[in-house]
Amino acid sequence: MSWITKTLSSSIGKKLIMGITGLFLCSFLIVHCGLNALIFANDHGELFNAGAEFMAHNIFIRTMEIVLFLGILLHIYQALMLTLQNKKARPVGYAVTNGNANSKWYSRSMGLLGTLLLIFLIIHLRHFWFVSRLTDEITSGQETLFGEMKEVFESPLWVVLYVLGNVSLAYHLMHGFQSGFQTLGLNHRKYTPIIQSIGFGFSIVIPFVFALMPLAIFFKFIQ
Amino acid sequence: MNLTLKVWRQKNGNAKGELKTYPVKDISPDMSFLEMFDVLNEELITKGDEPVAFDHDCREGICGMCSMYINGRPHGPLQGVTTCQLHMRSFKDGDTIVVEPWRAAAFPVIKDLTVDRTAFDRIIASGGYVSVNTGNAKDANNILIGKEEADEAFSAAACIGCGACVAACKNASAMLFVSAKVSQLALLPQGQVEAKTRVEKMVAQMDAEGFGSCTNTGACHAECPKEISLEHIARLNREYLGAKLSSNNVSI
Ligand code: SF4
Ligand code: FES
Repeated sequence: MSWITKTLSSSIGKKLIMGITGLFLCSFLIVHCGLNALIFANDHGELFNAGAEFMAHNIFIRTMEIVLFLGILLHIYQALMLTLQNKKARPVGYAVTNGNANSKWYSRSMGLLGTLLLIFLIIHLRHFWFVSRLTDEITSGQETLFGEMKEVFESPLWVVLYVLGNVSLAYHLMHGFQSGFQTLGLNHRKYTPIIQSIGFGFSIVIPFVFALMPLAIFFKFIQ
Repeated sequence: MNLTLKVWRQKNGNAKGELKTYPVKDISPDMSFLEMFDVLNEELITKGDEPVAFDHDCREGICGMCSMYINGRPHGPLQGVTTCQLHMRSFKDGDTIVVEPWRAAAFPVIKDLTVDRTAFDRIIASGGYVSVNTGNAKDANNILIGKEEADEAFSAAACIGCGACVAACKNASAMLFVSAKVSQLALLPQGQVEAKTRVEKMVAQMDAEGFGSCTNTGACHAECPKEISLEHIARLNREYLGAKLSSNNVSI
């Protein structure tokens, strides 16, 4: 094994990969959320469709889309490996544990929250990414992405699922954002409190804006 | 006070263990938790039963031996204390108290509540020392160290190697312990000479011992009797990644 593979397969190396991919995925959330928020212009989706059109044809964005998928896959794979390894580190469990006395439930439940997010992500990709990238419904002009959105969010089931998906996202981020910085060793008495506040704000605002979209469409605030 | 104890009994490392229930009577609230166990053991011995094996040495919070996982928390309900510093007044008359050993693959049970923590010793032996000559006391005092660095190093050096961090962590990670040991030396000029190789070797040994990896839940710090700070874990990550990128070691 070379020193590079040794580093990346050490416990800290694996965590480094989790942290970098996690923070990278956070940056994607900003772009995704910002672009989708164009529906709030309430102009029958014109601005939003134009944005979606741009994203579908810009070569840089399309390249980043591949990097993004790789990032997600790596994040999931590494999480799985770490979880299995961590399970092995405690083969016999305790009869009584009182985790709430020493840590937040969501910081101990990142695997569970991540799994919920993965289920949500698969449904979400099927709803929009699949239709816009793998069929010609949108390129042929039969349907717009905004139209697709209105169709999906007619169903209360999907609206509830999207809201729940974003609740999972909020808690996942609440731990993940600042945890990523700690893993990278980026800790400082001046900046860590700032990072923590930004992380807290980020983990509330982004999922909140996302969750507002299906709700606004379902209740016909956005036409 | 009268209490019901549920204590993990296990003959040896290979035997199957179980929680056994023992009522204890007339316990003084001023007794330490270990003294309460002494009372129980006296009773068991008088009855001809096997006493409960548990680790202890100094009984004043400095040796780190008294590993007991009490009602779901290492060292019991108080913050910043070891089991020997925990007194029965922290419990109520009639309470049921569950006492288990530290649970980690790297800390196998020897008997009842005693576990083998030599994994920590092997991590220290892999690099947790200074082997360069720093001269005699007078020479060492010629090396100027800022008060802030000295204090920070001392706060890391306060770690007593008890393993409560591992016991508390849902991943049985030893990062708080290793980070304290790496920090205490990395912060001082005498330790900096070997800092890179040290951190690489200690992390490699930590992984080889089968401890889990850190997910930053912070449970370790919350349960550490010496309240070792999570800043040391960030420093360990920094030291490790920095060393990996810049040291000359290709084979650690
Ligand atoms: S870091 Fe704290 S809990 Fe861990 S071994 Fe040291 S003193 Fe014990
Ligand atoms: S017996 Fe030494 S710290 Fe408790």
